[in-house]
Amino acid sequence: MKAIVTVMLKTGVLDPQGKAIGHALHNLGFAGVGEVRMGKVIELELAETDAARARQEAEEMARKLLANPVIESFKVEILA
Amino acid sequence: MQAALLLFPGINRERDMIQAVRQSFGRAPAIVWHKETELPAGTDLVILPGGFSFGDYLRCGAMAAHSPVMRAVREHAGRGGYVLGVCNGFQILTEAGLLPGALLRNAGLRFLSMETRLSVERADTVFTRNWAPGAVFRAPMAHGDGNYTARTETLDRLEGEGLVAFRYADENRNGSARRIAGVFSPNLRVLGLMPHPEDLVDPLLGGTDGKPLFDSLAAA
Repeated sequence: MKAIVTVMLKTGVLDPQGKAIGHALHNLGFAGVGEVRMGKVIELELAETDAARARQEAEEMARKLLANPVIESFKVEILA
Repeated sequence: MQAALLLFPGINRERDMIQAVRQSFGRAPAIVWHKETELPAGTDLVILPGGFSFGDYLRCGAMAAHSPVMRAVREHAGRGGYVLGVCNGFQILTEAGLLPGALLRNAGLRFLSMETRLSVERADTVFTRNWAPGAVFRAPMAHGDGNYTARTETLDRLEGEGLVAFRYADENRNGSARRIAGVFSPNLRVLGLMPHPEDLVDPLLGGTDGKPLFDSLAAA
């Protein structure tokens, strides 16, 4: 199975890269852009064939390494 | 004081650190590769120098925090052993959970390579006793991710329990919460800081402002 882990800075944590991207978009003329936040997407190929267990496994990986719980939140999506 | 210096791939500030330790301790630290599972017998102080361990992949220090040697460092800290992490070493210690908080990208996004001034928040620890209380000293800094952050409760606890080691005394260029440049563990035996005291320990290099850190440790 494939797991997609999306890691984002928690709400309230300053995201200077998102801010810089927002500024650049405004400079390009995209006047309607509000807040921009930047994160990471990590694709995992898993040997596990059960979707629920694959999700558990990916969540454990996110807690232990892929995300830093002090500053980041994550969500896991399982693809068959 | 017997020191062991950890080497991870991508670390590049170990020579300055070795020189600072040699000068104050009278001998160089043992060098320990990250794949080792034990520290040399008799190690009192573990040092994590600066650099870009594992290319800063994922997050600064995230990979190094899970290296084999870090299990031994955890045990060492658990026994009350001393640990010093500078710059990337500080980032590794927060990622390993040995110090609270995290280091975010600098608020202005720029890599900051310049001199800063630090205030010594307490001069009664094994790391800082050779400074006068309230001393301010010069320290070079060189980092892209030095913006210290932690939950508000954690910051309050750090301040309440006197665990803030150093604060930026001039400009807070990287945006650190409460100007924090370095923190102690609750038992005051683990210290992490972003600037580099080890780079200012010789008059030939412009001063000895950072030497009290190493002289303090040498006397322990």
